[in-house]
Amino acid sequence: MPLLTYLEAIRQGLWEEMERDPSVFVIGEDIGVYGGAFKVTAGMLEEFGEDRVIDTPISESAIVGAAIGAALMGMRPVVEMQFMDFIACGFDQIVNMAAKLHYRWGPAVPMVIRGPSGAGVHGGPYHSQSNEMWFVHTPGLKVVAPASAYDAKGLIKSAIRDNNPVIFYEHKFLYRRIKEDVPDQDYVVPIGKAVVRRPGTDISVITYGAMVWTALEAASELEKEGLTLEVVDLRSLLPYDEETVLASTRKCSKVILLHEDTRTGGMGGELAAVIAEKAFEALDGPIVRVTAPDTPVPFAPPLEEYFLPNTQKVMEAARRLAAY
Amino acid sequence: MAGTGSSTKVVRTTKIDAALLGKMIYYLKLTREAESRIENVLYRQGKIVGGVYVGRGQEAIGVGAALTMRAGDVTFPCHRDFSVFLIRGFTLADMMANWLARGDSPTRGRENTLHIGNVDLGIFPIISPLGATLPVACGAAMVLKRRGKGNVALVHFGEGTTSLGHVHEAMNFAAVQKLPVIFICNNNQFAYSTPVEKQYAVESLAVRGPAYGMPGESVDGTDVLAVFGAVERGNARARAGKGPTFLECVTLRMTGHSAHDAAEYVPEKMKQTWAKKDPIQRLEKLILDKKILSRKQIEELEGKVREEVDAAIADAEARPLPPGKEAIEGVYCDTECWWSKKRL
Repeated sequence: MPLLTYLEAIRQGLWEEMERDPSVFVIGEDIGVYGGAFKVTAGMLEEFGEDRVIDTPISESAIVGAAIGAALMGMRPVVEMQFMDFIACGFDQIVNMAAKLHYRWGPAVPMVIRGPSGAGVHGGPYHSQSNEMWFVHTPGLKVVAPASAYDAKGLIKSAIRDNNPVIFYEHKFLYRRIKEDVPDQDYVVPIGKAVVRRPGTDISVITYGAMVWTALEAASELEKEGLTLEVVDLRSLLPYDEETVLASTRKCSKVILLHEDTRTGGMGGELAAVIAEKAFEALDGPIVRVTAPDTPVPFAPPLEEYFLPNTQKVMEAARRLAAY
Repeated sequence: MAGTGSSTKVVRTTKIDAALLGKMIYYLKLTREAESRIENVLYRQGKIVGGVYVGRGQEAIGVGAALTMRAGDVTFPCHRDFSVFLIRGFTLADMMANWLARGDSPTRGRENTLHIGNVDLGIFPIISPLGATLPVACGAAMVLKRRGKGNVALVHFGEGTTSLGHVHEAMNFAAVQKLPVIFICNNNQFAYSTPVEKQYAVESLAVRGPAYGMPGESVDGTDVLAVFGAVERGNARARAGKGPTFLECVTLRMTGHSAHDAAEYVPEKMKQTWAKKDPIQRLEKLILDKKILSRKQIEELEGKVREEVDAAIADAEARPLPPGKEAIEGVYCDTECWWSKKRL
């Protein structure tokens, strides 16, 4: 199996879907001639032509809206947001138009909006956000956030084949930092299924995106202290895999909910509620959240470092919870 | 008051086609009768819950535009474009059932008024934050352009909507991509209570077309033939691959924003002036003058229209409301589609 970066895996998944299905096309800013701000779509214009690799004006509402129109007409558009921060400019189209169309009068809206999110690269407040919860709170959408190259390829394929609007959160910190064996043949990773990345028995760390790697690092370190963490990678946030979350909770009896997103209204709050409702009797300690604080994402390296959860913060939380 | 002056010369259609005029007067009268019944009978009887928005005074815009359409064309009507839905294939009974929130209706009680769509008919409705359909129409037009069969996408919106960012993005996008879209602004001079002088600072919205690199034209929105001709000119350009057109159709909303609104903010003199320009009376006069139909034939048509509306309301009222538990169905289009009951 070839070694691919997270970014190359996304490109390969997109490329294979473009080859497989002529109704798939990509649309966005600087994605054709330039190949995208991060080069995810590099080479696609030459391969598939300008009818299927569409460079647009800077108009997120028009881009998302046009993708919706094309989806209603039977196509399977994939929109690139240059940064997920800019998705706010297309918000009305996503939450009021795309998300509600099927419920309101029945049409399928097979489309994907994908792009880089997350911090750690000193991007400042508008190139670093983890704003996935804006969409997790919108019935009718699906939201996925892969952590591995293998999942990134398998999930982009599932997202493209899905008949609903899917918001696909790529983590820009992972783009070129991880490299994995990724099969060069066709496979999919189902939306809505979590995976246990590392089995353990003392504390379940439930997380997604780049924080999966942070949790795994903390687990390796804490093993030396005799504490075993189980790491659950959600992979999909809407719908999320309640069964795996509850099974891991029951197995470990202690839970840390870890995310890079800010605390209030984050995924951790939702998971804490479902754990308290359905696995209360299994808990041997408080549900603990390790998240970013409720602030915008700051720019200067010491500020950003303070803002982001990291291995140290997870380890400290785990030690406190283990002693409970 | 909105000006109809424009940099583009308005050319009236010269050919008068009796069959087309017959269709125009039929759909104008059917629309007026159906909407009057909704506003003045069903709403007042408490049978329609929620808002009631009708298009009295602007029926000629929907009729004139929709009658230009061919097989394969698509349309994005606005909430006062009742006639477009009828002309493009919704049944009056289904439309009434939707107004009455029935289970067996185009939205199964999930949506109100004219928020009804049908992919096979090529009809895509608004969402209440208006303007969002303009970019969506551009996407449909991208697909039509690629299919290469000379089809067009028509999108209707009010003059109030032109102040939204969606409109700027869509018009620019359509012009850059040379998309076959006709932007039809139903300028009824009031956005809820806001008059045009508080909405925009140009004399005529027609200038917005050239500003984006497309023709802009302003026509009398109470003249169904003028609307038809102007949309046809836009269609001809679009079908020939020459890109979009912006069209402003000026009229006055001869009703409140919704049934609860007496529109006291509209000057009385303005109402009187525009009442003389009623689109249905105008066409009727032309039809009588040209002896296309006799007075008696028009009266017969009116009788037929009343019967059609009676029958549609009776049909709709006989349908039950949806069961409450259906509220949680059909959020996603997954392995089995709740709407079609088909496996996907």
